[in-house]
Amino acid sequence: MKVRVTVMLKDGVLDPQGKAIGHALHTLGFNNAQDVRVGKVIELDLQDCTAEEARKTAEDMAKNLLANLVIEDYAIEVPA
Amino acid sequence: MKAAIVVFPGTNRERDMALALKRVTGVAPRMIWHHETDLDGLDLVVLPGGFSYGDYLRCGAMAAHSPVMGAVRTFAAKGGHILGVCNGFQILTESGLLPGALLRNADLRFLSQDCYLRVENDQTPFTSRWTKGDVFRTPLAHGDGNYTADPATLERLEGEGRVAFRYASATGQVKADDVASNPNGSLNSIAGVLSENNRICGMMPHPEDLVDPLMGGEDGLPLFEGLVEAVVR
Repeated sequence: MKVRVTVMLKDGVLDPQGKAIGHALHTLGFNNAQDVRVGKVIELDLQDCTAEEARKTAEDMAKNLLANLVIEDYAIEVPA
Repeated sequence: MKAAIVVFPGTNRERDMALALKRVTGVAPRMIWHHETDLDGLDLVVLPGGFSYGDYLRCGAMAAHSPVMGAVRTFAAKGGHILGVCNGFQILTESGLLPGALLRNADLRFLSQDCYLRVENDQTPFTSRWTKGDVFRTPLAHGDGNYTADPATLERLEGEGRVAFRYASATGQVKADDVASNPNGSLNSIAGVLSENNRICGMMPHPEDLVDPLMGGEDGLPLFEGLVEAVVR
């Protein structure tokens, strides 16, 4: 079962990388680029489980390792 | 004082730390590889600086789940003394032994420079050789040292005197929005924090790199002298 975990800095946590990329986009002429944020995408394949179980397992993985809940939020997708 | 230094793949500041510890104890500290789990008989465990596991995922995230950290957690629960410097501080926050987290430096640059620290609490094993308000020089070298914590955690840390050190000017002025004195942008200029029992201290700068006149000064030595005194007592 394919699972995708997206980890982003929480709203309100300073994202200097996103800011720098935003500046670079403006330099390139993309003047309508607003609120650029940088995160991580972690894709994995979970063996022998239902979509529901996969979601639950990915949730445990995110809480324990993939995200640092002090500064990051996570979202889980199990593509059908 | 029986001290040991934990070495992860990618740790690179363990020898500086060993020099500092040997200088105050007269004995070379034990080096503990990340697979080992035997911490019996130790008074102090040090997590040194470096780039454990290549800083993969987040600085300190992989190290926090290595076998030795299980033993370090047990050591902490028994009241053991732990010092984490730089990557060691990141590992302590990632493993939940200290609150908060370390973000990318506010200006995104890797910083390698001297800074000044103001001692905020002199009633701890790590700071007893100083007096509250003392300022000392120490080198720092990191890309992710921007300390942050949620408002409730911050209030608790400040209220309980668990901020050990703050970044300051050479004259002891603390100003969080001043890049010259708070170079990485840390919340409330926090450079080092303590556990509830004051026996775990994490800090980004490197006091171990100023412990001998040959290094250009002994400004960091009081931390190690104080530790020996506290642990032996």
